[in-house]
Amino acid sequence: MTLLSITNLSLAIHRFDILHDVTLSVDAGEIVAVTGESGSGKSMTALAAMQLLPKGTQARGHIMLGDQDLLALPESELCAIRGNDIGMVFQEPMTALNPVQTIGHQVAETIRIHDKTVSRQAAAKRAAETLERVGLPNDRFPLTRYPHELSGGQRQRVVIAMAIALRPRLLIADEPTTALDVTTQAQILDLLKSLARDDGMGLLMITHDLAVVADMADRIIVMRKGEIVEQGQTQSLLRTMRHPYTQMLFAASNHSVALPKAPPPQPLLTVENVSRDYALPRRTLFGKPGRFRAVDNVSFTLQRGERLGLVGESGCGKSTLTRALLGLEPVQSGSITLDGTAVFSGTKPNLDVRRKMQVVFQDPFGSFNPRHRVDRLISEPFHLLPAPPSGSARTDAIADALIAVGLSPDDATKYIHEFSGGQRQRIAIARALIIRPDLILFDEAVSALDVSVRAQILDLLAELCSAYDLTYLFISHDLTVVRTITDRVLVMKSGQIVEQGATAEVFDQPQHPYTQKLLAAAPRLPDL
Amino acid sequence: MICTPTFGLMIRYLLKRLLSLCISLAVASLVIFTVIEIAPGDPASFMLGMNAQPETLAALRSELGLDVSKPARYLAWVGGLLQGDFGTSYTYRTPVSDMIAARLWVSMPLALYALGLSTLIAFPAGIYAAARRGKAGDVGVMGATQLGVAVPNFWFAMILVLIFAINLRWFAAGGFVGWEQGVLTGLHALTLPAIALALPQAAILARVMRSALLDVLGEDYMRTARAKGLTERQALWRHGLRNALIPVLTIIGLQFSFLLAGSIIIEQVFYLPGLGRLVFQSISARDLIVVESVVMLLVFSVILVNFLVDLAYAAVDPRLRARA
Repeated sequence: MTLLSITNLSLAIHRFDILHDVTLSVDAGEIVAVTGESGSGKSMTALAAMQLLPKGTQARGHIMLGDQDLLALPESELCAIRGNDIGMVFQEPMTALNPVQTIGHQVAETIRIHDKTVSRQAAAKRAAETLERVGLPNDRFPLTRYPHELSGGQRQRVVIAMAIALRPRLLIADEPTTALDVTTQAQILDLLKSLARDDGMGLLMITHDLAVVADMADRIIVMRKGEIVEQGQTQSLLRTMRHPYTQMLFAASNHSVALPKAPPPQPLLTVENVSRDYALPRRTLFGKPGRFRAVDNVSFTLQRGERLGLVGESGCGKSTLTRALLGLEPVQSGSITLDGTAVFSGTKPNLDVRRKMQVVFQDPFGSFNPRHRVDRLISEPFHLLPAPPSGSARTDAIADALIAVGLSPDDATKYIHEFSGGQRQRIAIARALIIRPDLILFDEAVSALDVSVRAQILDLLAELCSAYDLTYLFISHDLTVVRTITDRVLVMKSGQIVEQGATAEVFDQPQHPYTQKLLAAAPRLPDL
Repeated sequence: MICTPTFGLMIRYLLKRLLSLCISLAVASLVIFTVIEIAPGDPASFMLGMNAQPETLAALRSELGLDVSKPARYLAWVGGLLQGDFGTSYTYRTPVSDMIAARLWVSMPLALYALGLSTLIAFPAGIYAAARRGKAGDVGVMGATQLGVAVPNFWFAMILVLIFAINLRWFAAGGFVGWEQGVLTGLHALTLPAIALALPQAAILARVMRSALLDVLGEDYMRTARAKGLTERQALWRHGLRNALIPVLTIIGLQFSFLLAGSIIIEQVFYLPGLGRLVFQSISARDLIVVESVVMLLVFSVILVNFLVDLAYAAVDPRLRARA
């Protein structure tokens, strides 16, 4: 039975076309996945089905929920449908909940807003049952908890509980697991799947990650630039892939690069028994503050010319370790040396060492000062040098760095807003390369990029490895990427390195149970 | 809900704030003492002026206790303050605490009255403007607040006197009869000054309220609320308002401190025997003892209000309680 049927939907915001002739349907109990890269219009399709489009959006076509056309309904009737007949789950669980209300209150609100006759107690009881259903048992997660007391995965469960509290016929999930760790992602996907299979909800799932939906969706819809390029049953669509864009998405998701052979081992960065503690807030009135060991007795060596990966889930200590490696924070015990010199001396980073290390961060939008031109942005590391180049030497160095990352020397005079996410990440790499550091740290450097752009950046890294003999530490939660772009990998959990070894070996024959669990949870595209 | 860990955290937060309150007060008293008593030379000769007789000067010096060491004088002053003894006014020869208490009975109610009015005007105006962002209602409210910020309050005061006291004769043009005539009579006398003080403050507060709400309206949880089936208005009231309160509370705290001490012009316009006029008069009369005491009192009130604002933050936002 068709639950949701969208026909010839076109959207425009101030004459700017967002969606063009989108036609799709979702049956009861069916899981339909909409996939595509950023700007494909997949999220707008979801918001259109919810009729929560931005102000000023003009829509044409039909969005039929049962026999009601949502596009023709007045706002008051839409409010009665939202939350009652259609539930929605969003991408960012950290911000999707009201921080000043308890989770019980927020789940109960869905119930009380649609049926005013339900008493507070009855609504609270149903909220408790719903939270139980999504895997938050009341003895451990009482209704009085606030969102900030929960982890990302737990918050996403609360958001799901809010969406399904009234057992809507249709559940729309917009990138529900993108912000979550792989093991949490697997659990949330299982939960969503069971809601469709056991409770008969139709599930419309929006995702940029083909692998996430490959073994879960009944049907897949591929979108690009506001249009549907291909749709069909998951198995047959993945087998045939008629449209070149689908083929490209599939290939880019599994993109692998050939790294040049690493030179013979010669230690560059040596980390010995490093531990890093943080003080916790006091639990009792006059009690001693507790300490949290974020990095626990970590040792490893990074060889010159080696490409080392560091994987682990959020909170495992990756970022703390990165900051310690950069000499940004002191460590409580152990030593970190680059070429035999400590990265941290006294109370501040050792500048002699700092100029041999550069870092590329995750967010291509937040990591540049928008008021500086590209030449100034990428020449920033020069201040680390005792005698920074000036005049034509400086211009040449900037031009070289831009060419090395596949941009033009003319780009030096532009501002950062003129570049796309992928180009910005190239500029970030140029900024790291410009002083020819011995070591580059990539901190989730490709995680925010679309798969096709990510593939290009990975190609660029492989090229740079050949041209510059790069040595890097690649920190990521994305196992597919780490697998292709590193020679050796460290697996981190609760501040400790639980497994390390050649990347291929660790991925093919994981020894530690945690590595096994991590690899099993990671969504993978079927081998075709 | 009071369960032990949360309750313990609340107490901890409270104690921490109280401690910082005490430290701020101690530091403030030291600064005030240093600046007023020590820095510009001899207070006695300053108070008596250039042509003072040496005998008068000596008499005043011993009366002020200037013949003891400075640390001893500081301790004596602070000790007095703690017991409510602010010293004796040089000009009026009456205990400073009595003078301040009398003035406080005008200034404090006036400040509270004005703050209440300002909040009563600003909240609805700010919420209304935010809910109608970009529409005529928003533009109208913003235009009005622009005017409110720009026009000085004494001018408002004179216009109010012109309309409501001289033309309509609803209120007296100035003066204060005292609370002995009854609370309502007293409030009646303070109404025009309170309005004059409140309007510019309300204009600022309304703008803060509007922009805080607009920030909140763009948050993810507002979209979540809409997805649950709340109307725009319900989402704004149930989820937006409380989250927008933090910046608004900050401004309210600052405004109260300003209203308590900064109403001097309005007090002049309406002939009100308030704190502002007392400071003004005692500065003109070089009555340092009074100035010192009033400044200390104002500092105390500012610090106390900040403390209350901190408590309000914690009441509004559970995350602040946990982080304390």
